[in-house]
Amino acid sequence: MIIHSIFFYIFSIIAVFSAIMVTVSRNTVHSVFFLILDFITISCLFIMIGAEFIGMIMLIVYVGAVAVLFLFVVMMLNVSKQKNEWLGDEKNSNHIPIGLLISGVIFFELIIVVGGWKYKPELLKTFSSIGIDLSTTNTHEIGKVLYTDYIHLFQLSGMVLLVAMIGAIVLTFRQRDGIKRQSYFKQISRERNEGVELADPKSNEGVKIDV
Amino acid sequence: MFEISLGHYLILAATIFTIGVVGIFLNRKNIIVILMSIELILLAVNINLVSFSIYINDLAGQIFTLFILTVAAAEAAIGLAIIVIYYRNSGTIRVQEIDKLKG
Repeated sequence: MIIHSIFFYIFSIIAVFSAIMVTVSRNTVHSVFFLILDFITISCLFIMIGAEFIGMIMLIVYVGAVAVLFLFVVMMLNVSKQKNEWLGDEKNSNHIPIGLLISGVIFFELIIVVGGWKYKPELLKTFSSIGIDLSTTNTHEIGKVLYTDYIHLFQLSGMVLLVAMIGAIVLTFRQRDGIKRQSYFKQISRERNEGVELADPKSNEGVKIDV
Repeated sequence: MFEISLGHYLILAATIFTIGVVGIFLNRKNIIVILMSIELILLAVNINLVSFSIYINDLAGQIFTLFILTVAAAEAAIGLAIIVIYYRNSGTIRVQEIDKLKG
């Protein structure tokens, strides 16, 4: 148990530190790297607490897809030269005190809610409609629930991903002028008399070809 | 202190959430960092859901975490696509210079 708590504190310190570094880092590429570190740390915490499937999915989805997408966009847009200087800017720094104040108020409200919160003892027995069976693995349990009770939400999330994919393609699609494209319909619907012309050349004159 | 309870995870999630909110409030240079702060906030929500799910022995929180993950991935894709076309049209993604919506 004491090993568990030591690892929890190590992982939380790394997570909080890398979250701070995401926001205050001057280079955007470094921010993306710290975001990756944060995701990996939090997924380690999830695996440690017993939610292995969510931890692994977070590694795959966040580190493998989202963070690499961020890195790709940051490097493609070449914004690493635009430094992230939200503390060193004098002429537009009047938003910093009120922002810090509001963030501090939010943090203390959350801490007060967490500190004064307690379950009713009978709620634990009634509330667990889909209990966790410790004899099988976490992935097995999620699979049994996800494809039966939550199948509509599962398919709706697939629709969300489809709409996001189509939206991203439509947004970034650019029609350029002056590029020769292949049109299958024009190729297939060509008639013989448009493509072939019979000529009757005279001797020693040849045929004039105009394309 | 050495017994890791639900409150430890909730305080960690509250800290990361607040750091994400600070990142949105105080960042004035780069809109990509604002998107990353939104990802941090969603991560804090995921920590809350997973720790509640483990401690009250109910799998619904982990299922909702999966859906939040889906929505976060879709949101990152759409947001980065919007940033790419904005950079292509105007040449900058600084927050102070994005004022085309000013009425």
